[in-house]
Amino acid sequence: MSGPELGLAISVFLACAVEAVEALTIVLAVGVTRSWRAALTGVGGALVVLAALIAVLGPALTALPLSVLRVVVGGLLLAFGLQWLRKAVLRAVGAKALHDERDAYEREVAAARAAGTMGAGIDPYAFTIAFKGVLLEGLEVVFIVLTFGANQHHVGIAAVAAGVAVLAVTAAGVAIHAPLQRVPENTLKFAVGVMLTSFGTFWGAEGAGAHWPGGDAALLAIVPATLVFALALVAVLRRRGSRSISSEAVAPT
Amino acid sequence: MSGRVSRRLRALGAFCWDFVVGDDWRLAFGVIVGLVLTALVSGLGVAAWWLLPALAAAILAGSVWRGSRASR
Repeated sequence: MSGPELGLAISVFLACAVEAVEALTIVLAVGVTRSWRAALTGVGGALVVLAALIAVLGPALTALPLSVLRVVVGGLLLAFGLQWLRKAVLRAVGAKALHDERDAYEREVAAARAAGTMGAGIDPYAFTIAFKGVLLEGLEVVFIVLTFGANQHHVGIAAVAAGVAVLAVTAAGVAIHAPLQRVPENTLKFAVGVMLTSFGTFWGAEGAGAHWPGGDAALLAIVPATLVFALALVAVLRRRGSRSISSEAVAPT
Repeated sequence: MSGRVSRRLRALGAFCWDFVVGDDWRLAFGVIVGLVLTALVSGLGVAAWWLLPALAAAILAGSVWRGSRASR
């Protein structure tokens, strides 16, 4: 497996694992509280829709000319990556609340209990919530699978990496039968943001006509440079935050 | 009926905007500006590979700076 292919597999695996953890919380809440049959049917329905999207859009994207594909997909990936990185940096400095799976689980359970009694047959509440949860969390993964996969003409590798991540998270969820609280979600989101931003920058610039020094090997510099820059932002914002707290503490009231 | 359709279309539009643009539209706008500048500069035959990463770094720094100030 080449460097860019390994980057593709790692990025898709991490992104998919993060989204799968969030989807698992929703499915567990409605499954435990309402109906496992309806929740799992909802999951199955959403997975069919997501797989169909990949199957239809994957070949359509790979049929585009490479320069068009790279500038459009690179641009989208960069915009998407910067969003992930922005949220991860803000969470790391405490400017945005961390995602708490236990809290999300409790909220879903309370909403499921308040939703009223179940009728005969498939519980529509559990089906809809599980379907929507998996579909919405999965759309981001489909986007990453398609953009990464199409750019490298390896939608298959991306789809396999996504599948492995879903299986790993599902296995962990089944084993502990509770939301996965110990997964370092923000660290994973930080890593995914760095990868998406790096690959988006590389492909976007190349698609726009720029030539990277060293060709594909430039990624070996772009990925660590993006990571170091994002960590530097965290360090600067933390220092600024602690300085403003100490100046507030000595300011006359 | 048409009210329901337009509500759904608006919801879809809002979802797509949130999906691609997210919390800070300046990030997406900056990416478009970066791609256009890179295409223009590389069209002149000048090395332009540094433009997009430099702009991405600047817009990310600006965005997190604003985000951290807004949270205080």
